[in-house]
Amino acid sequence: MPDQEKYHEADPLAEAGTEELELQSAVENRTFDLGTMEAQSVLKNERQQDGPGTPGADDRMAARSLWQDAWYDLRRNPVFIVSGLLILFLIVTALWPGLLTSTDPLRCDLSRSQQSATAGHPFGFDNQGCDVYARTVYGARASITVGVCATAGAALVGTLLGGVAGYAGGWFDSVVSRLADVFFGIPILLGGLVFLSVVPSQSIWIVVAFIVVLGWPQIARISRGSVITVKQQDYVTAARALGAGGVRTLLRHILPNAVAPIIVVATIALGTYIALEATLSFLGVGLKPPTVSWGIDISSASDSFRNAPHMLLYPAGALSITVLAFIMLGDAVRDALDPKLR
Amino acid sequence: MGRYVVRRLLQMVPVFIGTTFLIFVMVHALGDPVNALFGDRAPDPAVAAQIRAQYNLDDPLWLQYVKYMGRLFRWDFGTTFSGQSVTSLLATAFPTTLRLTAVAFVIEVVLGIALGLLSGLRRGALADSGVLVLTLVVISVPTFVTGYVLQYLVGVKWGVVPATVGDQLTLDRLILPGIVLASVSLAYVARLTRTTVAENARADYVRTAVAKGLPRGRVVVNHLLRNSLIPVVTFLGTDLGALMGGALVTERIFNIHGVGYYLYQGIVRQSTSTVVGFVTILVIIYLAANLLVDLLYAVLDPRIRYA
Amino acid sequence: MATSVSSRQTDPRAAESGPVDAPLLRVRDLHVEFRTRDGVARAVNGVGFSVRAGETLAVLGESGSGKSVTAQAVMGILDSPPGFVTGGEILFKGRDLLKMGSDERRKIRGSQLAMIFQDALSALNPVHSVGWQLGEMFRVHRGASRKEARARAVELMERVRIPAAKERVNDYPHQFSGGMRQRIMIAMALALEPDLIIADEPTTALDVTVQAQVMELLAELQAEYRMGLILITHDLGVVADVADKIAVMYAGRIVETAPVHELYARPAHPYTRGLLDSIPRLDQKGQELYAIKGLPPNLLRIPAGCAFNPRCPMAQQICRQEVPRLFSVTEEDGSAVAGRGSACFFWRETLRG
Repeated sequence: MPDQEKYHEADPLAEAGTEELELQSAVENRTFDLGTMEAQSVLKNERQQDGPGTPGADDRMAARSLWQDAWYDLRRNPVFIVSGLLILFLIVTALWPGLLTSTDPLRCDLSRSQQSATAGHPFGFDNQGCDVYARTVYGARASITVGVCATAGAALVGTLLGGVAGYAGGWFDSVVSRLADVFFGIPILLGGLVFLSVVPSQSIWIVVAFIVVLGWPQIARISRGSVITVKQQDYVTAARALGAGGVRTLLRHILPNAVAPIIVVATIALGTYIALEATLSFLGVGLKPPTVSWGIDISSASDSFRNAPHMLLYPAGALSITVLAFIMLGDAVRDALDPKLR
Repeated sequence: MGRYVVRRLLQMVPVFIGTTFLIFVMVHALGDPVNALFGDRAPDPAVAAQIRAQYNLDDPLWLQYVKYMGRLFRWDFGTTFSGQSVTSLLATAFPTTLRLTAVAFVIEVVLGIALGLLSGLRRGALADSGVLVLTLVVISVPTFVTGYVLQYLVGVKWGVVPATVGDQLTLDRLILPGIVLASVSLAYVARLTRTTVAENARADYVRTAVAKGLPRGRVVVNHLLRNSLIPVVTFLGTDLGALMGGALVTERIFNIHGVGYYLYQGIVRQSTSTVVGFVTILVIIYLAANLLVDLLYAVLDPRIRYA
Repeated sequence: MATSVSSRQTDPRAAESGPVDAPLLRVRDLHVEFRTRDGVARAVNGVGFSVRAGETLAVLGESGSGKSVTAQAVMGILDSPPGFVTGGEILFKGRDLLKMGSDERRKIRGSQLAMIFQDALSALNPVHSVGWQLGEMFRVHRGASRKEARARAVELMERVRIPAAKERVNDYPHQFSGGMRQRIMIAMALALEPDLIIADEPTTALDVTVQAQVMELLAELQAEYRMGLILITHDLGVVADVADKIAVMYAGRIVETAPVHELYARPAHPYTRGLLDSIPRLDQKGQELYAIKGLPPNLLRIPAGCAFNPRCPMAQQICRQEVPRLFSVTEEDGSAVAGRGSACFFWRETLRG
């Protein structure tokens, strides 16, 4: 009787689980931050969904119902509504700061240095005697611009490189994956300190470019992973068997289904990029005056925090709420796109 | 197991070369160290040439990199322009940062896992929601804000612990910076632990452990937590990079003369050898931590070990 | 009067008229419900059965019939929340498990009452060696040392005929084949020689050839230790060879109980008949295979009356109005058939038709 079972030990199916695991490495699989963590849960659950009992193999239908269901869930999620409205408000503030204040953030009066709130100046004055309220309102522009542009850039580069790498495989995949490893080898704050300190210009676009350069691998990994997952699913094989070409398969069948985890990471990354910009500005290597930025204001307020805490607390509060809004939005979107939680 | 280790080591080589080269290029290609050395004064051409020769600055970039790496392997990180050897700077700075990081790391591991376990086991309960909200707030408020506020409240206003550290690296002075440095990572660890614990709590093997009649503590520690910690350990290893990056900020707030302080000085004075030396060491530590995590992963998960 | 009878669906005397020695396990009128976001799913609605030492009871039913939930409630491993035992009693050696303290109950689990799970790969902890997991039973319940526990683990592995047990004791679950893993599962349940084992679909995940070997081993060990065995399955083929008696479950109720051969020869419930008719048979080659029409009921909305009525070919008006209790099944001359019961108003017609 035991001899009969020897056969099963050689059974390739018995090892199926371990084969997949062999490819794993802690470092390849690592969860770097909230965004990656969230997206991996979306990915994992998409995989699980591919089990028996999942009705409907038509990918377009599945995609539509996933997004429709997500939208249905989101509209009823108070977290989504609150963070969404907050972000809308922040974007409006970034575009038209004049709507909220008529004071010029750059017109300062040294005689009012560090004064606390008075009528018409609800947040008081900073070291240079500038209006803290006006500076806080105008600071949204730098943060939102950096966050949105850097995320858009990193998402574009990352999705493209990661998606093609995952779809094509082979040498291109190896090159992209190793390249991503190299950029990942540099802790982002350290890289920022070195890179931005040697670049002479301190324009907002340099900071955006830097974040894209060090941020794309995160998105690329997620996009590569989800493309590989989706590629192996039955409906893609079916599309291929029916004679759909490579580009068509990628655009019509794979991308729409791989994009959910990317959106989740990107949303949360947006929040962390805003925090990153502020931290770099705080360290003196990000944005420089006369650009109005929360990071710069917090940095210059930090020395006199004990005497005039309002100078630090208002921009810091605005910064924290902005980051929180984007992370909460990402959280809500993750919950809505996660099939297991539904 | 052996094959696995070798493969990981081999994969580490191109990443190591690529990363260090990237840093080398960033620093060298984008600034002129000799001009920076002289500041506003115009450099004497002869002296400048001598310095260039001494630091191989006239060689093509890749050759400079190769020469630099060659010296690096002999534990020679060059000297700063002021004549101090980078190695001695490293020797002063690293123990300080290491201590700070160690304190932060312990806080992160102990508190993070405890909070995550608590909230994962009581999913949906008040404690769980509390932990979720708290971690979200901690993640959203940038470290330097948390730092200043905590320093002001705990250090100045309430006077519980000294507000700045300076050169005295006693535990009571390091505990506040440690908490600040650990805060964001701690929140991630708590959230990650919560997710994996909640996921594994429904796993079949946990049900088996209960059916075996094991006491609840044993089920939680030996079966649930033991399995849930695998991704957490992975995160902790890679998080070391973030901790060291965060140390730059924390050291500045609390006036600690560690890596962040010297690195910052090097950047301000454009001392290439200091910057490249420090960053290279940090990257090596980071990569080594990643390798260690890979090995630890194999120890923790036998399915990897025998693959 | 009529309502009280219908709510207490199980008449224990109907199923229980054999020898007088006290049963090892007696479940009476067990109710389990799951409180979910969509409503309360009543998974078990008044189940009763008993098992004696050395006896094998097969609990048969489709997925969702409540058979696994019953087993989990008996073991005390129900996920709670959302699952709650809302009524009934579970008498194990004469004591009600539901009234015991949690620590007392835990000590019984594993040592006197053990369970074998369906999928051994996921039911065994992937990060501990099988030797460690087997030895844990001795270390926790018997206070054995590491070394002792290991030696006992090797013995156990030999007992369930795992070749080269000594060399493989430090291997991990994923390094074993499916059949070998299930043997380890069995060894773990057997470790402390419990009085009763509940096997929840122990062979479903295995190849057909291995299934027979594992069942054979289980039956052999059961006879040797004179344990009670509750075999939970949806597979009529597995049951026939090993079970002494069968309880058929549908929508959280026992709809028929019978000694195994009686049930196969003369089912007394239309559902059992449907199950038996849907087994492919060689002598009916070429004919269309019978299938019970319709789907199992949604536990959130169990049909009024007999839960099977929407799918039943014999359903009458009364079936849609009143829940049938478990009637004692008698021969035509009125003499009782030992251990037979059917929860069908028309059991006579079914039995003879």
